[in-house]
Amino acid sequence: MRWIRHHLVVLAGLITLAYLILPNIVVMVFSFNKPAGRFNYSWQEFSTDAWKDPCGVADVCGSLVLSLQIALWATIGATVLGSMIAFALVRYRFRARGAINSLIFLPMAMPEVVMAASLLTLFLNLGAELGFWTILIAHTMFCLSFVVVAVKARVLSMDPRLEEAARDLYAGPVQTFVRVTLPIAAPGIAAGAMLAFALSFDDFIITNFNSGNTVTFPMFVWGSAQRGTPVQINVIGTAMFVIAVLIVLFAQFISNRRKKTALPK
Amino acid sequence: MTVTEAPPAPGPVEPVVHKQSVRRKLVPYWLLLPGILWLVVFFALPMVYQASTSVQTGSLEEGFSVTWHFQTYWDALTEYYPQFLRSVLYAGTATILCLLLGYPLAYLIAFRAGRWRNLLLVVVIAPFFTSFLIRTLAWKTILADGGPVVDVLGSVGFLDVTSWLGMTEGNRLLATPLAVVCGLTYNFLPFMILPLYTSLERIDPRLHEAAGDLYAKPSTIFRKVTFPLSMPGVVSGTLLTFIPASGDYVNAELLGSTDTKMVGNVIQSQFLRVLDYPTAAALSFILMAVVLIMVTVYIRRAGTEDLV
Repeated sequence: MRWIRHHLVVLAGLITLAYLILPNIVVMVFSFNKPAGRFNYSWQEFSTDAWKDPCGVADVCGSLVLSLQIALWATIGATVLGSMIAFALVRYRFRARGAINSLIFLPMAMPEVVMAASLLTLFLNLGAELGFWTILIAHTMFCLSFVVVAVKARVLSMDPRLEEAARDLYAGPVQTFVRVTLPIAAPGIAAGAMLAFALSFDDFIITNFNSGNTVTFPMFVWGSAQRGTPVQINVIGTAMFVIAVLIVLFAQFISNRRKKTALPK
Repeated sequence: MTVTEAPPAPGPVEPVVHKQSVRRKLVPYWLLLPGILWLVVFFALPMVYQASTSVQTGSLEEGFSVTWHFQTYWDALTEYYPQFLRSVLYAGTATILCLLLGYPLAYLIAFRAGRWRNLLLVVVIAPFFTSFLIRTLAWKTILADGGPVVDVLGSVGFLDVTSWLGMTEGNRLLATPLAVVCGLTYNFLPFMILPLYTSLERIDPRLHEAAGDLYAKPSTIFRKVTFPLSMPGVVSGTLLTFIPASGDYVNAELLGSTDTKMVGNVIQSQFLRVLDYPTAAALSFILMAVVLIMVTVYIRRAGTEDLV
């Protein structure tokens, strides 16, 4: 009884963990299913058909490539614009600071559907054609704030004396930035970029409003929930999951080894 | 509402004054200009367009024009208040569940995990790597009628209790309010866990020891030391869960029925299917106002000063 009381928090935590990971296991298991009808919701029999032919359904791989393209460009745009804002916020004094802070904070505090609907009214009023460009504009917009937060956190923890030291050693402003500031800020910029990529790649609500007839991968999944879910979406979901986990574990492994080699004792 | 917070700020650095001081003074504005312009044109300006659309009248064929028709707001509210109430109710319930489920896990990772800490953090973030729509569809399988979950919950009488509360109907879970809340809780749980973890991790363990040395029971330590110190995480976690959940329409669409539609569903169908732009814009505007008021009040009361 005392053992249970002592480990209650561990038990509760593990239940939450199971709740979090259960759907991923279901997705993985059902990527080996051979559904009887159009929908892949109940287990029939084991099959590796979908794994052998992941692009076997019309549009599925095309939508995946489109999503990756949009995520890539939106990440580049949001990372460049967001990092510039973050540097300005931490390193400089300027007017209208409060207003600018709110403008960066609000997109993160707004329900996605509100941003999606208002952007659509803008595009409709301007007569813009909905598609690749409107999706890209929207994704860059909502990823921007998250990049600012990630980069700002890193730049804040940076010792400004390092830049002063570089200047004292006769480095020009450009040289100081490229050789000192940027390398130190790099982990923050990388974190912001990864977050932006993930947010853009998986975005549905804003894309749903502003895509017109263009089908990104989440849009394809949404449509398939109405028309019939092919096993291929489970295959792609599982593959993305496995690849991403491997990358994270690999990065962890590298940083652990670096720590060990950096501090020989 | 920072998820990853930095150590104390050195503060804005006074630029070194020299000959180019005028040019240097302009540097921050050049850095800010492109990004801020992007946000003004594609975030702030659309809000203005939305506000103007909400007071327009007309039809798709003849076009819409601004007539200051505020009646739209009243009509939208009287017609769709059940969906509004449902949004607040479902998102609120999901937020509370996220807090109850997420706190033990965040606590476990911060204080008990030892060398498993990084692995557990990966497991919390890992679900994100599969598209959330695919994972939400997986809940259709998990909660399916006659599935193991429904069988177990039915046989222990859980479903009787929830259907008495009006959260489920008969012996099924799918297409009930509980399924929608369950999906919302699942989808936004990591947004609760991560800020909780960040604020718990920063607590000095010696504070716990000190409280113990002063004869505080474990429950008292939690109540008087740990929980108050984790308040910033609770605040940002609650906001990060409640705000997106209140505007969500994916869970209600995929896991619910026509009786579980939330305000997001109405906005989506008015905008994309019914094409009644003024009503949709008015609803969206009301949702924005409600969320902004709640956020302002919550932040004032709980007190987190640094937002970005």
